Amino acid sequence: MTAANVAEPAVSAGREPVLAVRDLVKHFPVRSRGLIRRRVGDVHAVCGVSFDLFGNETLGLVGESGCGKTTTGRLLLNLIKATSGEVRYDGRNLVDLSPSQMRPLRRDLQIVFQDPFASLDPRMTINEIVAEPLQIHGLYGSRTQGRDKVRELLRMVGLNPEHGNRYAHEFSGGQRQRIGIARALALRPKALVLDEPVSALDVSIQAGVINLLEDLQDELGLSYLFISHDLSVVRHIADRVAVMYLGRIVEIAEKEQLFTKAAHPYTQALISAIPLPDPRKERSRQRITLTGDVPSPVDPPSGCRFRSRCPKFANELTDAERQKCVDEVPALIDRGQGHASACHYAEALKLV
Amino acid sequence: MTAEINIQSGRKAGDGAAVLEVENLTVEFPTEDGVVQAVRGVSYRLAPGEAMGIVGESGSGKSVTSMAIMGLLPKTARISGSVRFRGEELLGRSENEYAAVRGKKIAMIFQDPLTSLNPVYTVGRQIAEAILAHNDVSKKAAMDRAVELLATVGIPFPEQRANNYPHEMSGGMRQRVVIAIAMANDPDVIIADEPTTALDVTVQAQVLEALEAARAATGAALVLITHDLGVIAGHADRICVMYAGKLVEKGTVDQVFYEPRMPYTLGLLGSLPRLDEGGRERLTPIVGSPPSLMNLPPGCPFTPRCPLAQPVCEEREPDLYATDAPAHLSACHFHEKLVGVSAAQLFRPTSVDTEGVTPRDLEVQQ
Repeated sequence: MTAANVAEPAVSAGREPVLAVRDLVKHFPVRSRGLIRRRVGDVHAVCGVSFDLFGNETLGLVGESGCGKTTTGRLLLNLIKATSGEVRYDGRNLVDLSPSQMRPLRRDLQIVFQDPFASLDPRMTINEIVAEPLQIHGLYGSRTQGRDKVRELLRMVGLNPEHGNRYAHEFSGGQRQRIGIARALALRPKALVLDEPVSALDVSIQAGVINLLEDLQDELGLSYLFISHDLSVVRHIADRVAVMYLGRIVEIAEKEQLFTKAAHPYTQALISAIPLPDPRKERSRQRITLTGDVPSPVDPPSGCRFRSRCPKFANELTDAERQKCVDEVPALIDRGQGHASACHYAEALKLV
Repeated sequence: MTAEINIQSGRKAGDGAAVLEVENLTVEFPTEDGVVQAVRGVSYRLAPGEAMGIVGESGSGKSVTSMAIMGLLPKTARISGSVRFRGEELLGRSENEYAAVRGKKIAMIFQDPLTSLNPVYTVGRQIAEAILAHNDVSKKAAMDRAVELLATVGIPFPEQRANNYPHEMSGGMRQRVVIAIAMANDPDVIIADEPTTALDVTVQAQVLEALEAARAATGAALVLITHDLGVIAGHADRICVMYAGKLVEKGTVDQVFYEPRMPYTLGLLGSLPRLDEGGRERLTPIVGSPPSLMNLPPGCPFTPRCPLAQPVCEEREPDLYATDAPAHLSACHFHEKLVGVSAAQLFRPTSVDTEGVTPRDLEVQQ
């Protein structure tokens, strides 16, 4: 990997990050069929990702399916072992820690999963689900203390504590997602990884869960890594946004910067592809349509990974300029747009 | 096959004759626990070449309506009302009579392309099959046309791609193949049921472009069913909002998006996070959850969730009333009260779980 990708994110000055990620890499082996199952290649899921997550901040991580955003979220919590790189929390590199060394740190770092139907044990009551992390970490206390804690958690996520002895299947999707959030909050974490927390919900239900996440952040001073494919939700909830494509961060900026001065062609295409619920704006919008599909992460293109679909590469650049895209991995640095982007020929564009 | 009217000459004439007229369509499913009223009196007219969007949340009856129009519902469904294609009644036709219209005059695109394509045939063969089913042409000619269609929907190297099996293609490609099949017989109406819901946004943009190309090539009218208000805003002329099996608001996209006159529509718009607005204004969820379509109480089905609800709403279900514009209809007794009202003024920006409560409960709590 290139050293250039380890560049400090532009906005880190002054503040101490809760989580600092440096040059994180995850390759999943691809094995041959048959008895021996030789290793025949690697899925390059995450390739040299670096960013900081600050206190009481929401960092949106956006990208399309298969870009490595979920893998990044799980690497952060050491739920899967990183191939290389560093996740620094509280002066320690989480990547090097064993599961037992990791356990006390899990109090501070929690995750909410996308699918509220798969992430709750169907044979446990809601009270048991929310109490489990407290019991594991020895914070449950006496029976009355523990019960009060669970009731308080359910109230905090907007659920009726009287429903605590029901089972997960008795709740709707939005309510289950709230249960997942209550469980994640049980140990008073400092940072939460939210992996597509509202993607499975209808809009009118989604709005309530988004409001809840905002309230909890204000109340508890949480840091969120908000993983989503929905840029509208990210624009609403995030403070900073990182855009991923094929295992790399291609652009990272303060939210307003990113949406009004998108510099990477992929970010521009992504923003312009999102339909706005506003007929007049929709009619007059400039659209950047991509051709082709995302290349296989087993054999990603050399140089800039986006070049195989890049409209700029295809239509605007000269052959000499193109050669640079093929040969050289673009570093994630500020090229005069006020924030970092990984494009040799970055140009800011306002699309919404 | 009944008398073939010359569809080519009537196309896009704007002569006022509707291609598709749905009148008081009602679909009921008898179950052990009672009758599910999935669609309750839906009426609309589709002009030639027009694009109409139907929007609603899961379970509002949008898909069942189009399945009823296509004659694809199971035999247990009780369907009444009328569906006329160019003046000819479709409901009550036999399977053979339906087959002559389906795919030829009215084509349908489903949400999941992996289940609507056959995994054991090449995509070229599947497109050719649609052509051969309705036209007396040679297999060779049908295959050539299939390649042509693949090119129209924007698939690169169509000659090679025609020999691919569905599993060799990406989701966006597959959906474009389904669009190619839908346009194969030059239909007058294309019904697209959540055509891009399973796809990533950049792929969604490609597929919507293919759909527009298909419409341009065939001049077909489009019924676009989706839960995504953004897709409707960009691709429809008119919009119908569906709730609990009924159309609750109808109008042009501009009327419905800028001056919604049904509290449910206003609530939907208010609960959407916006890409084009940077502030962190609070979203306003609609409290409560959609009613069960079994044993619906009398009155407006939105009453328990509606901040405007009055006693009359529980007694009498409102018809579609004309608002200030004659073509803009709203099923609300108090639609005048919504003039110039924003979602934030009507709905509360709450964050508690509201699926089991009513707006009145919320006021007591806060």
